Amino acid sequence: MTQTFNEMIDGGSVRAAYQSLEKWQNEMPADLRQMKQSEAEALFRRVGITFAVYGEGGDPERLIPFDMFPRVFTADEWRKLDRGIRQRAAALNAFLADVYDQREIIRAGRIPEHLVTHNEAFERAVVGIRPPRNVWSHIVGIDLVRTGPDQFYVLEDNCRTPSGVSYMLQNREIMMRMFPHLFVENRIAPVDGYADALRHTLASVAPKKCDGEPNVVILTPGHFNSAYYEHSFLADLMGVELVEGQDLFVDGDFCWMRTTEGPKKVDVIYRRIDDAFLDPLCFRADSMLGVPGLMNVYRSGGVTICSAPGAGVADDKAIYTFVPEMIRFYLGEAPILENVPTWQCAIPDQCKYVLENLGDLVVKEVHGSGGYGMLVGPKADKSQIEAFRAKIEEKPWNYIAQPTLSLSACPTFVEEGVAPRHVDLRPYCLVGDKIELVPGGLTRVALNEGSLVVNSSQGGGVKDTWVLAE
Amino acid sequence: MLSRTASHLYWMARYLERAETTARLLQVGARNALMPDIGGGLRNDWEAVLQALGQLEAFREKFGDPVQRNVETFLFFDSANPASVMSCLAAARENARVVRTALTSSVWDAINTTFQELQGFHRMERSKLLVNDLADWSLRSGAQIRGAIDATQLRNDGYNFMGLGHSIERGDNTARLLDVKYYVLLPSLSYVGSALDQSQWATLLRSMQAHRAFVWAYKGEITAAKIAHLLILNRQFPRSLLSATQGSVDHLDALARGYGHTPRAASHARGLLGELAEATIEDIFDEGLHQFLLRYMSRNSEIAGAVQSSYLEGVPE
Repeated sequence: MTQTFNEMIDGGSVRAAYQSLEKWQNEMPADLRQMKQSEAEALFRRVGITFAVYGEGGDPERLIPFDMFPRVFTADEWRKLDRGIRQRAAALNAFLADVYDQREIIRAGRIPEHLVTHNEAFERAVVGIRPPRNVWSHIVGIDLVRTGPDQFYVLEDNCRTPSGVSYMLQNREIMMRMFPHLFVENRIAPVDGYADALRHTLASVAPKKCDGEPNVVILTPGHFNSAYYEHSFLADLMGVELVEGQDLFVDGDFCWMRTTEGPKKVDVIYRRIDDAFLDPLCFRADSMLGVPGLMNVYRSGGVTICSAPGAGVADDKAIYTFVPEMIRFYLGEAPILENVPTWQCAIPDQCKYVLENLGDLVVKEVHGSGGYGMLVGPKADKSQIEAFRAKIEEKPWNYIAQPTLSLSACPTFVEEGVAPRHVDLRPYCLVGDKIELVPGGLTRVALNEGSLVVNSSQGGGVKDTWVLAE
Repeated sequence: MLSRTASHLYWMARYLERAETTARLLQVGARNALMPDIGGGLRNDWEAVLQALGQLEAFREKFGDPVQRNVETFLFFDSANPASVMSCLAAARENARVVRTALTSSVWDAINTTFQELQGFHRMERSKLLVNDLADWSLRSGAQIRGAIDATQLRNDGYNFMGLGHSIERGDNTARLLDVKYYVLLPSLSYVGSALDQSQWATLLRSMQAHRAFVWAYKGEITAAKIAHLLILNRQFPRSLLSATQGSVDHLDALARGYGHTPRAASHARGLLGELAEATIEDIFDEGLHQFLLRYMSRNSEIAGAVQSSYLEGVPE
């Protein structure tokens, strides 16, 4: 592995963007740090920003560890990311509109047909539907990693319902409350326009049948869901109702919500439940979370569902390889952000290479998430590698492999002081009548020394992410 | 407003009110345990306290005899006991959490802080927690939450659903306490008017935090008629059945005005209020206090049922 890139350092000296933070950290006595850290935790608990873990014993309401050391992007760095993220969000939407319609990209031989039509996330039920403005994925979360001063890679795309944006907003609120002087010394682009932009995006895709101000709602699986806080937080910031499946019903050509004054028509549903649970008449019959008949209303243009059912086909790890191809095909542009080189085990030559080099590669399940079901070759022992070899040989199409990247690191508060820890970044791109991106995102940090896994379920934390104003 | 949201607000308020009732009873029980018994030892009213909450059986099954420390645990901390302060506050907080968007941040903050403090008690050594402190804390927290609702919530439908929850639960709790005191605390009718009777009635007043109020409003000696008047018919006393019913009527009227439609619940409530406004204590004693209270509770729950079907199920009448 090559040397880890430390985002604060440039050849032995502290980069300009981090200078005031370096001073801040050096001048902060250990006891003050302790105090601030517990103050932050108390604030998170008091506001109720927790994620729920039921059925594992212990406190069901857990905090995601918050690291007070911010991560900083300069205006220059962000400009490139901004362009690259918008470009990718546009191409992913063009791809979705195409594969559920004419399938030009397949007919042009740029993406193998079986990868699309045999994909679990490909939804036959929505072929031929054209959602308003032909937007399929309204909130696109693009996971990025950095390996050098100018080298960013897209790790994966999230076209369904990427979560975590409430942390982006709350991390900033808490930093501003605890360390106001940092915001005086640095010119930090605000992120609090996100909720307005999201509301605007959702309203802009209201169905044609809707006249007047669209009634936008957020559909949550309920308060036992681990992301319930986020759902209610976003509903509150946007001033829209937070509904559960039981609050909605279909009557005639429309979807309605049960209110104290009788039924009220719903125009746009920002759903935070999976396709399979949306409508028991169309998808899983045992779903208690959805609304029977909803897909019929959707099909006939009575309601907009965000993201569109079927949007998941654009974001799995097998399709991921082809996103640069989509950008060239639909937009006629060169990709601004690079993919991580990826071997498809479904393709025999590539599978052979993977099996020969398991010790150096990261192997992932095509549909896996949360950092589970993966093999990190350089960190695995022989028996783990052999176990994985057997799995790949059994179901090659279920796996992809990537080189082990040397993720960049950011200064992070640890027991002994401050030390570099590996980070990634998830910005949230909004697609409606226009494409919008607030300057920032969620930085996740692997708090354990040397760890590359940033998932909160496995020792990951979060940081405030600054984009410096020009 | 979503029917489900209205329902969570309504139940949040009912649970908050219920937590206070339990806390008050805990306070009363602890005080009575310090009073001399006419038999020579110290009195033990814990059974009566459990009875008032309808939890005597459940307690016996779990702990056997009502030993003070166990009763305290059962009434304050036991999450298996639906009437414990812990259960009620957890249920109130869970209802609030679901509808955070309908609450101001001060209200949520007050409820959530209360809950976090309660969790904190749970982690402390029991011997460091005095029952009076716990009861005081509960009442103070309740006051803080109600204060936050009063000071910050918009006077919209959500506010009225919370108000309804408080009023309906309050009426029910007062009637229940009065009924239990009258029938359970008095071992036989021969005690009526005796010294024991006096202290029992005083206990009832304390459980409503109404002892001083009674002294100011009625002067002179404590009689059953005066106390019944205070708790049933006195418009000035906030926990009287008349005041609680007036609260239900006011909130239902406000909802009817806002929605431009008078629900069935409003006529139920008005009918009950009309009867209470006309009644005298003599009428009530003639009917029999127990019969009267049973009738009150059933009509109060009729109002609750009508609120449920008019507003909380999302089907217009």
